[in-house]
Amino acid sequence: MAFQSSKILALAVSGLALALASCSGGGADGAAKGDGVAVGVLQSLTGTMAISEITVKNAEMLAIDEINAAGGVLGKKITALVEDGASDPSTFAQKASKLIEDGGVATVFGGWTSASRKAMLPVFERTGNLLWYPVQFEGNECSPNIMYSGAQPNQQALPALEWAVKQGYKSYFLVGSDYVYPRTANLILKKHIEKGGMAVAGEAYVPLGGTDFSGVIAKIQSAKPAIVINTLNGDSNVAFFKQMQAAGLSPKTLPVMSFSIGEQEAQAMGAALVEGSYATWNYFQSLALPDNARFIEAYRKKFGADAAITDPMVHGYLNVWAWKAAAEKAGGFDPEAVRKAAAALGGFDTPMGKVSFAPNQSLVQKAYVGKLKGDGQFEIIADSGADIAPEPYDPLAFPGKTCKL
Amino acid sequence: MDSLLFLTQLFNGVSVASLYLLAALGLALSFGLMRVINMAHGEMLMLGGYLAYLTLIVVPGPLAILIAIPVAFAGAALMGGVVQTALISRLAQRPLDTLLATWGVSLILQQAARDIFGAIGVEVRAPDWLGGGMAVGGVNLPSTRLFIIAVTIAVLAGIALLLKRSRIGLLVRAVNQDRMMAGAVGIDVRRVDLMVFCLGSGIAGLAGVVLALLGPVTPNVGQSYIIPAFLVVVMGGLGSLVGTTVAALILGLFSALAQIFVDVSMAQVLLLLFVILFLQARPQGVIAIRSRALDA
Repeated sequence: MAFQSSKILALAVSGLALALASCSGGGADGAAKGDGVAVGVLQSLTGTMAISEITVKNAEMLAIDEINAAGGVLGKKITALVEDGASDPSTFAQKASKLIEDGGVATVFGGWTSASRKAMLPVFERTGNLLWYPVQFEGNECSPNIMYSGAQPNQQALPALEWAVKQGYKSYFLVGSDYVYPRTANLILKKHIEKGGMAVAGEAYVPLGGTDFSGVIAKIQSAKPAIVINTLNGDSNVAFFKQMQAAGLSPKTLPVMSFSIGEQEAQAMGAALVEGSYATWNYFQSLALPDNARFIEAYRKKFGADAAITDPMVHGYLNVWAWKAAAEKAGGFDPEAVRKAAAALGGFDTPMGKVSFAPNQSLVQKAYVGKLKGDGQFEIIADSGADIAPEPYDPLAFPGKTCKL
Repeated sequence: MDSLLFLTQLFNGVSVASLYLLAALGLALSFGLMRVINMAHGEMLMLGGYLAYLTLIVVPGPLAILIAIPVAFAGAALMGGVVQTALISRLAQRPLDTLLATWGVSLILQQAARDIFGAIGVEVRAPDWLGGGMAVGGVNLPSTRLFIIAVTIAVLAGIALLLKRSRIGLLVRAVNQDRMMAGAVGIDVRRVDLMVFCLGSGIAGLAGVVLALLGPVTPNVGQSYIIPAFLVVVMGGLGSLVGTTVAALILGLFSALAQIFVDVSMAQVLLLLFVILFLQARPQGVIAIRSRALDA
């Protein structure tokens, strides 16, 4: 045990030293070294979130390679410093400060769970650096130091609810991992479900990575909802669907709408297990767009011919390209100038079509509802039609709050 | 409606208890006999899951899962034998060091699985004949969970028979009662240790197969079961098979019934509080009568 406490002491001391060192200067000054510019790529390469995040790292690396092959940014080649957040929020915070303060990166691409983003946020605010966050999340946050390209609640959760209402579902059971994203997303959903005069049949949370769903499923069976809305993250999904199936509740008998299951997760879980379940994203691999076909081909050439492509991967990929365009517009790598330039970029082409950053640093984008087929691909069955402007603060759940940057 | 939920949760409690028990049995055996806290026990479960995955690839078909069980048992027992021979037996005089060493083994095995199979989990599908279920008095009993309960009972019976009726069991009980005396009368204590450790690891491997029917198979899956397993062993009392079983039942039922009123997260908090209070009242564990009586 003496070993552990001395290790903790050493960590604490080095953490303190880092904090002191950072007081003396901005983090990004050393970003452009010689003929190169360093950026950080920070995803979970191990742990319960690896199922989703490794491929996001791959997509971010693909964009960096493509940009380098085309001559780099402002004449500088990008050097990617890759770190492993290990599915652990405090590790994300440590690695972010390591990237910024030791690595001198100009910006960081990464994060998945909101717990990891919340843990990194103080690091980015303290150092004045910029995080490009690629995943749908619960909103209720508005920091100048983060570019939120993943869906805000009004770009994923609410379009999903609107779709469910249109199908005639009147009672909803909410299942989620126990952390800030599912809790907040469900808070927003509950407000809208109640406002629509429908019923919340039940609500259940399981710790992130949890594998026992017997009690949750018993509650679902007892509540008899019309549809389950699933905000579980990571490996828990495998346990949830396996135990639903064992209990005789397949997605075919009780519809499940998931917010964190994409093509990659379906492939890893075995598509047969989740066939027939629904998902809402801003991108599906099956989107028929020329830019999408080009992206899929480039990704598969590099990472394997049967690789699945997901929404957060595309957001990670477009983040890197948006950063390049913004740096070129700003004429330098200063995070403050880059984020302002990014919000003023206007529309740019991506595998998910033309998108743009709003002044609140979130992405203006469409939403699609897909139904999972046996081959692990989604059949797109509905879309939002027009682009949806991002709303970080849901007016029903967080009245009076606005995001002005 | 509520009484139905209660009955369902009673069944789920027994089901969860059987999972806890399978995960904890191997640990209870080696901890009871050698006082070695094997931090790599969870990775034996993981190994079992991956061996099931490989077995399902080599021999597809509805009965592959039944073949995977002995395969995983043998594979994990072999791995346990290697760990015991190469590491634990050499640290016999330094129990705290075995804790660190087995933790190291646990990290090495996790990383090995990550390098071989990737950080993303692999798919182990329950065969179709485990798909359905039966309804008893309105309570739905899934076949998969019934199967796991049956496997648990079979394993328990097997261990009990082995310990009570076989020559090996006699030696194990002798070493368990008085290690020095057993050595003095000519029992090869180290061989008994090795056998028990292999048996414990083998049971963990077997448990890994059935856990894969209800959960994911990933490099770090062992970590999700190791804490309940330790709780069961600590609460059950040292080296008592009956105590371990009763503790698993108490914990499984407590956790399932608590979930009627609170979330899974809160149920875990209550479960840990319950164990702390229980150990305040009964530091020796649930049933320590038999071994205590023999000790005295």
